[in-house]
Amino acid sequence: MRQKLTLTLLAAGLALAMSGASSAGPREDQLATYASAAKSANPTFTRFAVERGKTLHTQAFASGKADTPACTTCHGKEPRAAGRTPAGKAIEPMALSASPNRYTDPAKVEKWFKRNCNEVLGRDCSAQEKGDWLSFMLTQ
Amino acid sequence: MKITTKIPTRPLVLGLLVLGFSAIVLGRAQAGGGHFYSPVADPVVKEECGSCHLAFAPSMLPASSWKRMMGELKNHFGDDASVDAATAKQITDYLVANAADTGGRRFSEKLLRGVSVASAPQRITELPKWVSEHRKVPDWEWRHKDVRTKANCVACHADAARGYYDE
Ligand code: HEC
Ligand code: HEC
Ligand code: HEC
Repeated sequence: MRQKLTLTLLAAGLALAMSGASSAGPREDQLATYASAAKSANPTFTRFAVERGKTLHTQAFASGKADTPACTTCHGKEPRAAGRTPAGKAIEPMALSASPNRYTDPAKVEKWFKRNCNEVLGRDCSAQEKGDWLSFMLTQ
Repeated sequence: MKITTKIPTRPLVLGLLVLGFSAIVLGRAQAGGGHFYSPVADPVVKEECGSCHLAFAPSMLPASSWKRMMGELKNHFGDDASVDAATAKQITDYLVANAADTGGRRFSEKLLRGVSVASAPQRITELPKWVSEHRKVPDWEWRHKDVRTKANCVACHADAARGYYDE
């Protein structure tokens, strides 16, 4: 657990150094924002769960678009490997360990959660779902 | 043999599967003669219009097409491609300035033949010239798992991201 956290922090530090951003830990900030939103939606919420995030990522939904039933339709089954859009464009891996620059731009993360949750689930993802999913990818 | 000298210089991002397929098709694509469409140079346009598919060259559609498309991003071929207003304006300005009937004219004279600019066509792949250039592409190639859609230019034109549609 500590090792994973260190890895996350290291990667965050690296991305920060390269992007020249000034706020500390954009990923941790975003997770904290999701956590407080999850808590106000559900008072029994305690923490994000990597396992739930993994389920969200791999599960097939019938409520969204027929040709994109799961996150893995585009992102692939293996988070450390590249994915591919229906129009044939390659997508860099979603696992932080494989794409250390990811999840540093909260607006970008939010934009794609909005688009992709609507594609796959036919609705917005909840704050808890976003936090679970992000926690999963940050530890992959 | 032209094609053997081309393969090693193709971008790595393509992946090996696509490379194998494009090697079959490109022999023919290369026979077509020179065609260059200046690729998107603006980083914001590349990011916002190049994550789901190739960032299509602005010179492949007239300005009227881009204006209409940018006004309908919430329902973009069934996808939500919307961006905030300031970003949308920046993208629109770039596409309109480099469109087939404005700054990109020198690339696109042939491609716009028979196109009514007023009709603001939304698909490059439905322009009469595009259709006729691709009429010899057989059905199985469009359905190939590495192609799947006509909009996947890169599957056959390995250098499309750099603006080349022949060699
Ligand atoms: C239709 C294809 C598609 C599907 C299905 C899809 N995504 Fe994505 N996703 C993309 C593309 C394209 C990008 C942007 C490209 C990139 O960041 O490399 C992206 C980016 C993201 C990002 C932003 C990453 C970053 O670096 O900030 C998140 C978060 C994300 N997706 C979550 C999901 C989740 C959660 C699901 C399932 C509910 C999902 N995606 C399903 C295509 C898809
Ligand atoms: C969320 C994903 C997504 C984003 C972002 C996106 N597109 Fe698309 N675009 C699509 C899909 C899906 C299609 C339909 C592809 C097909 O027919 O296979 C498409 C098709 C197109 C086509 C027509 C291709 C043809 O058949 O000739 C053009 C032109 C186009 N997009 C331009 C843009 C521009 C400009 C932007 C940036 C403002 C953009 N796209 C952003 C998903 C996206
Ligand atoms: C299934 C493979 C395939 C796909 C996908 C494809 N093309 Fe082509 N394209 C070809 C072939 C083959 C030729 C050559 C036709 C000939 O010479 O008879 C060609 C020719 C062209 C030409 C004319 C080049 C010349 O030298 O005259 C242009 C421009 C072009 N394609 C653009 C595109 C664009 C833009 C897309 C995506 C929107 C696209 N193509 C998608 C196979 C493909």
